[in-house]
Amino acid sequence: MEHYNMNLTLKVWRQKNHHSAGTLESYQVKDISSEMSFLEMFDVLNEQLITDGKDPIAFDHDCREGICGSCSMYIDGRAHGPWTKNTVCQLHMRAFKNGDTIVVEPWRSKAFPVIKDLMVNRSAFDRIIQAGGYISVNTGNAVDANSLPIDKKDADNAFMAAACIGCGACVAACINSSAMLFVSAKVAQLSLLPQGQPERESRVLNMVAQMDKESFGNCSNTYACEAECPKGISVSNIARLNKEYLTAGLSTEQ
Amino acid sequence: MSFDSKIPTGEMNEKWNDYKGHVKLVNPANKRKLEIIVVGTGLAGASAAASLGEMGYKVKAFCFQDSPRRAHSIAAQGGINAAKNYQNDGDSVFRLFYDTVKGGDYRAREANVHRLAEVSSSIIDQCVAQGVPFAREYGGLLSNRSFGGTQVQRTFYAAGQTGQQLLLGAYSALERQVALGNVTMYARHEMQDVVLIDEKARGIIARNLVTGELEKHFGHAVLLCSGGYGNVFYLSTNAMGSNVTAAWKAHKKGAFFGNPCFTQIHPTCIPVSGEYQSKLTLMSESLRNDGRIWVPKKKDDNRKAIDIQEEERDYYLERRYPAFGNLVPRDVASRAAKERCDEGYGVGTTKLAVYLDFKDAFVRYGKIEQGKQGNTTGTLEEAIKLGKAVVEEKYGNLFEMYGKITGENPYEMPMRIYPAVHYTMGGLWVNYELQTTVKGLYALGEANFSDHGANRLGASALMQGLADGYFVIPYTLGNYLADDIGTANIPTSHPAFEATEKAVSNRIDTLMNIKGTKTVESFHKRLGKIMWEKCGMARNAKGLQEAITEIQELKREFWSDVKISGEIKAMNPELDKAGRVADFIELGELMCKDALERNESCGGHFREESQTDDGEAKRDDVNFSYVSAWEFRGESNWQLNKEPLNFEIVKPSQRSYK
Repeated sequence: MEHYNMNLTLKVWRQKNHHSAGTLESYQVKDISSEMSFLEMFDVLNEQLITDGKDPIAFDHDCREGICGSCSMYIDGRAHGPWTKNTVCQLHMRAFKNGDTIVVEPWRSKAFPVIKDLMVNRSAFDRIIQAGGYISVNTGNAVDANSLPIDKKDADNAFMAAACIGCGACVAACINSSAMLFVSAKVAQLSLLPQGQPERESRVLNMVAQMDKESFGNCSNTYACEAECPKGISVSNIARLNKEYLTAGLSTEQ
Repeated sequence: MSFDSKIPTGEMNEKWNDYKGHVKLVNPANKRKLEIIVVGTGLAGASAAASLGEMGYKVKAFCFQDSPRRAHSIAAQGGINAAKNYQNDGDSVFRLFYDTVKGGDYRAREANVHRLAEVSSSIIDQCVAQGVPFAREYGGLLSNRSFGGTQVQRTFYAAGQTGQQLLLGAYSALERQVALGNVTMYARHEMQDVVLIDEKARGIIARNLVTGELEKHFGHAVLLCSGGYGNVFYLSTNAMGSNVTAAWKAHKKGAFFGNPCFTQIHPTCIPVSGEYQSKLTLMSESLRNDGRIWVPKKKDDNRKAIDIQEEERDYYLERRYPAFGNLVPRDVASRAAKERCDEGYGVGTTKLAVYLDFKDAFVRYGKIEQGKQGNTTGTLEEAIKLGKAVVEEKYGNLFEMYGKITGENPYEMPMRIYPAVHYTMGGLWVNYELQTTVKGLYALGEANFSDHGANRLGASALMQGLADGYFVIPYTLGNYLADDIGTANIPTSHPAFEATEKAVSNRIDTLMNIKGTKTVESFHKRLGKIMWEKCGMARNAKGLQEAITEIQELKREFWSDVKISGEIKAMNPELDKAGRVADFIELGELMCKDALERNESCGGHFREESQTDDGEAKRDDVNFSYVSAWEFRGESNWQLNKEPLNFEIVKPSQRSYK
């Protein structure tokens, strides 16, 4: 792979805190290597800002290997930037060329208020999990792990749904700021497994109710969530969620 | 202060049962009155907080991330060990215990390791019950794979995302307790210090990372589940935020630090590509099941890997260690890679890399697939294509990650890998009950030193984190709290809280008022360079002495010339980082001191002065069969205490994987 260096113009969303108004500000960065990750390019910019006595740009990041779900930048109009099935931390600068202008914004959703700059509050996701995204089994109550064989197909599908990293790209990408992909992934995982059956109906009803309470929008089947999901979570999970929700709604006495 | 390992008497395989049978209990009505602080929400912290919440204690859990689900346990890839013997290949509690003690090069405490092996089975049961989607066979039963340092298949896994799935299981249990009101979660909070009252841990000072405000929190006991300190090397496979601050503050308040120099350098990581590099990425050890490691037989061979013929390749692990081959323990594999590169056989532009090649696996799996299809006339090309699909199913996410980072396609050319800092076996010294030398202060998971000796075997970190949180602390904590049921909540207006908060606030003021010229990041990089070069894969007395002097100078420079932007009472990631780096600098000095004092080679600690004729690590059991437990006495001043290691079962011998 050919390495090259580039000079770039960045337009980055700056917002002091949740209460203040934000704006896009322009920055120049020079001699950025095509081998750098996008966040390493931000490290370079921040070092430059600190040296110049300016406030560095706040952004969430931690593992930098695409699994913790912390990073959350809306780059040139796409959640996590131009590569598909990718997180910002795994995006590398070879995706850009010398002279490019790159626009970087935070996740945009009423349910994810901005904390500072590119950092948002995603605690709504935790509260949705609290509403039912678990199997109620206390420590020490488990039977032998192989006492309950699980059809490999169901196990694989449950695993694929469980791959969700909770980053919120689905919400950011959605025109309605819907959290259906996130919620459906957890509902699908647990409803596919025998261990998830006892709470199957209450789980889906409670999680959807919490999702609505957190002011996420409705799903209008644009599939933008699936297109931007770094882990390739399928919208078929949403179909499963709808089925689970309807079945539970019909069979549960309110 | 108590420096007694409190290992129960009796036969090794009865110690834990006996302990559980006689341990003091706290009745349900009293549990409701007792508050527990848990710092960190990785596998150890989340499992402990959830289990203690279920038992009825009032738990407060803290993490610096925006959600407990993002703790760095999530990045563990390969798997989790358990002595289930589902593969009928002769595994047992004893074998897991034995492998772990041997893998740790006879520097772990036997009783703790035996307990770990005993509870390993229950961990898998618990996780499956929570809905953790482990890999399964077509019959619907759980699948296993091999990991380094063992000859059985005891590793359970979920593709290359085992840590993620286990953490999400523990996280869901934790969130359930949050919903039930048993656990209060404090995300985006970082512990700044521990509060002691009458020599007992009674709470913490935490900084709210969003507002910058300091908060005082009371607890009848404090559990540190804050992970390891690999980031002292700047470049490591740890997350950017992983830090030693909680453990270090506890150390400065009286908790001894055990074996600080025991660091794991993982053999299979993506090599460094440039000065701007912020972190390193692991390629799971599970890849060594199918990948073969080699370098060219000729020095400075600049040809492409695919142009180097079979007979011109040196599969040096298979050559040196025929019995374990590519699956030797991590410390052995890392040193062997360093040896080849130091001798001039390295590959890639930096020459600091070796190849991890899947060519043979593609063919082997492809032929099996052809056999399954009854295809006897298929070509080798067709087999390779089928084999690539099999490998993709096993390791697809790792191959994809490699491709994104390097821009190269690992299905077409071998991966380039090199060792990188990955895990720290050292940590806060704890007794059998996981209590540090400070009463009421516990350390769990990677934050303690106890189970892995001088080298951790693959797939054992997840096991230990969950063992400590789910199955050990729920018993041992009660033994301490049973005597504390009469202690009412201490108001945080207590002078000890006020004084500790004041000290934390003064330190932050001091940092912010330095107003120097160099960024925090630049100090961290310089510390990492010293540590990697002089306290890394190979260490010697001269280098370590130099490192100690250099670190002391770096510390002076940091405290007189660091430049931190932003405000104190606001979100300020630079300030957070400055506090962490200041602690890493102090820890770095202690690590070098410990490495200097331990004039033997064992596990990941390789002293050049102590090696066999063929370059293997040479232990010195006569002089060094102990745990180094360092007591903080003041700036750059520590006293060494020794916990002798008495091996009742396993007889230490020169480790051989040949």
